[in-house]
Amino acid sequence: MSYIAKNTPVLKMRKTLLGLASATLLMTAFASQASAVEVQEVTSDGGITAWLIEDHLNPLLTVDFAFKGAGSATDPAGKDGLANMVSGLIDEGAGEMDSQTFRTEMEDRSISISFDAGRDDFSGSMVTLTRERDTAIDLLRLALTEPRFDDEAVERIRAQVMSGLRRAETDPGDIAGKAFFKSIFGDHPYANPVSGTIASVSSLNANDFREFVRHAMARDNLVIGVAGDITAEELGPLLDEAFGGLPEKSDLPAIPEVTPKFGGIEVIQQDIPQSQAVWGQKGIARKDPDFYAAYIMNYILGGGGFSSRLTEEVREKRGLAYGIYSYLADMDKAELMAGGVATRNDAIGQSLSIIGDEWQKMKDKGVSQEELDNAKSYLTGAFPLRFTSLGNLSGMLVGMQMQDLGMDFLDKRNSLVEAVTLDDVNRVAGELLDPANVTVTVVGKPEGDLAF
Amino acid sequence: MTFPTRSPISLFARGPIGLLAAILMILSPHLAGAAVFSPQTMTLDNGMQVVLVENHRAPVVTHMVWYKVGSADETEGVSGIAHFLEHLMFKGTKDIAPGDFSKIVARNGGNDNAFTSWDYTGYFQNIARDRLEMVMKMEADRMQNLQLTDDVVLPERDVIIEERRSRIDNNPGALLGEQMRAALYMAHPYGRSIIGWLNEMETLGTDDALAFYHKWYAPNNAILVVAGDITMDQLKPLAEKYYGAIPAGDVATRHRVKEPTQHAPRKVTLTDPRVGQSSMSRYYLAPSYNSDNADQAAPLEVLSEILGSGTTSRFFRSLVVDQSIGTSAGTFYDPVAVDLASFGLYAVPRDGVELADLEKAVDAEIAKVVENGVTEEELARAKQKLLDSAVFARDSLSAAARTLGEALAVGLTVDQVESWPDRINAVTIEQVNAAAKSVFDDKRSVTGWLQPPEGGPVSGMPTAPVIGEQEVH
Repeated sequence: MSYIAKNTPVLKMRKTLLGLASATLLMTAFASQASAVEVQEVTSDGGITAWLIEDHLNPLLTVDFAFKGAGSATDPAGKDGLANMVSGLIDEGAGEMDSQTFRTEMEDRSISISFDAGRDDFSGSMVTLTRERDTAIDLLRLALTEPRFDDEAVERIRAQVMSGLRRAETDPGDIAGKAFFKSIFGDHPYANPVSGTIASVSSLNANDFREFVRHAMARDNLVIGVAGDITAEELGPLLDEAFGGLPEKSDLPAIPEVTPKFGGIEVIQQDIPQSQAVWGQKGIARKDPDFYAAYIMNYILGGGGFSSRLTEEVREKRGLAYGIYSYLADMDKAELMAGGVATRNDAIGQSLSIIGDEWQKMKDKGVSQEELDNAKSYLTGAFPLRFTSLGNLSGMLVGMQMQDLGMDFLDKRNSLVEAVTLDDVNRVAGELLDPANVTVTVVGKPEGDLAF
Repeated sequence: MTFPTRSPISLFARGPIGLLAAILMILSPHLAGAAVFSPQTMTLDNGMQVVLVENHRAPVVTHMVWYKVGSADETEGVSGIAHFLEHLMFKGTKDIAPGDFSKIVARNGGNDNAFTSWDYTGYFQNIARDRLEMVMKMEADRMQNLQLTDDVVLPERDVIIEERRSRIDNNPGALLGEQMRAALYMAHPYGRSIIGWLNEMETLGTDDALAFYHKWYAPNNAILVVAGDITMDQLKPLAEKYYGAIPAGDVATRHRVKEPTQHAPRKVTLTDPRVGQSSMSRYYLAPSYNSDNADQAAPLEVLSEILGSGTTSRFFRSLVVDQSIGTSAGTFYDPVAVDLASFGLYAVPRDGVELADLEKAVDAEIAKVVENGVTEEELARAKQKLLDSAVFARDSLSAAARTLGEALAVGLTVDQVESWPDRINAVTIEQVNAAAKSVFDDKRSVTGWLQPPEGGPVSGMPTAPVIGEQEVH
């Protein structure tokens, strides 16, 4: 008997302090073992392809999808926040239905359809009971191909976005993330907040939104993952119905190449009792043959929660923070290894100094065989935990396609982890970690010297 | 696109690492369906309740132990001790060294965490089925053999103080929520901050934690909930071996004072330069499934669905869509509590709209429902949505465990959980209208305003000059 958020069967990815929901981080945690899960490729008569995991445990269906390269990094100059605004507007009225009519159809039938803009991609998700499947698919089709962008909805969503932007202007985590991205990406679009600025969002209009829909959402940049109570035969026609009306080809500007610039500490003064710090350095591409070695190294350093060295040194031994973490992030044009911590103002310097020492120690001395074994047993053993809800499954199928991991990824993933040797991890730690070139952004009233 | 949600913070967890969000989201699925989770139950000889929900999708289990004690059971002056003890339960026994608990779970491919609310404290692991026995053994061990010394307790006290700063003190909205609850409950301990008042947290020590532990932690005050790929035939011998072997303890009984009659509406305004977006919210005292007028709980769930759930609810439609004065608005109500619950609402103004005007519009919506009631159509829609939500809850392994564990921890029964759809189905329009008239009593309410000072909010300002590439080693 509990009640709170409805329509939350799909757990959202954890956002880090930097607001980067790292698909890489999640994907690689989908270890594989005892994978009783079969991934099917379904291609419709109309040529639309989706990956499917059939699961008839409950009368539910989840459809996740993404349009590659249609994220905020391709927002035109002066129109920052465009992709994000569209993600809020596209399910606010379509076809003959105005916003309230459309949303009443959804909510009364317990259908949830939502969209989200990241820096690189534009994604969406639909969850429905089997009972309402046909209506859900029809609403999805309408949202994708006939969104209305009525004035009422545009002004309302604009007000919501502005409200979020105003809140972000004083939120220490948001301030830190924004400054950090600005610092490392400079004039590159990755530096711009996904939701834009008050000035840019004020200027967006229905023509911009229509333009986006025309160029950004097409069959050639679409990937789809489906999980739940449906067969491959049933899915084919539904794919055509939902996605068949999209244009064949997208027309998106390429995201410019960029080499992020790392190094230096920036302090942003805010009168709060606890300083929030984010930091980052060069990362490693998901496709790099050393990715899993780096992933295991990061798990041991700061990715492994209570098993990580950073948690041990900063939280467990010294009580300097509640949360501390590091992670690998892989964007289309850049990779990062980043982290975050929050410590009272008079001790944030101590936290940063300990973190810097750990960074250096990992670079110089690497990990022990025992640490490696423990990391592997967690990463491989925790795999089946990812198969406990449909939303996880369909989201994973999208990620596997986006990152080109192959249909057999679920079966081979644990062997990729197992294959990493102690020498691999220690070599990669030495090559990747770069404590001399780490960018640190601190928001708060830090006291004393700060050094990483 | 995501908008900030405004559910009040009602849980504090030991670790922020990924799992907390899941807890907050999952804790409250709506239930329904002829049978909701179809759990199996038994009781060990020492009085510990056992609940199993089978789910064979993946070869994993969620293993939870819930204690029927929370921050509302603390004595005066040691606020935060329930949550502090929850952290300290990871600090070792004679067999498990301090800090090793979670590492052992991780080495075995599992995730673990713990959480504290006003009425309960819970510990859980998600892990492969064949490691269930191992985590049961460790969980049973710390139920009776916790060892604490100052050298692990004192650094952890700093951790919970940092947790407070992260989640409350650095966040004016959370600070306001804390003040509002303190005002809503004039006598009842639900007005207490779960994580604790800072001045009291600073004085908590090893003796306080051990005293609380010995007073409340025993099998006869605990509930074992397992969900996943296991049968009762497999679970029963394990539960008997590890938890059944622990003798029943002399557990304190919950002694909660009654909230006195309230005579005046209260208003709490937090003005802070860190407020980038102002907002208003209000709590009304309301019945729970355990309190007086418990028969109003299901009607109030329906009422909350009609008034404030989703973008086609009355509040959203009126304030955000039709009048265009808000950017979001809604209601929340959770009747799963040992004592009184609260019915909450919130609204966020559009730029240029005064909180006073927004509040007037909120009051008009409330007056409308009190005066005219809801419609049969609204009732039917709300019921259907609530009933459907159970199917979604069933799909998540941990949702079943959390829902059942929470209900039992506040003194409800498995049957009450399983019959929830029937109760929702049976709600009549007269009951909803009567519940609305009863709950919206200003004298039993607190209204909160969150706003920047005159002159507007203060954003973070970069210091000049920005520190360059120096001292970086």
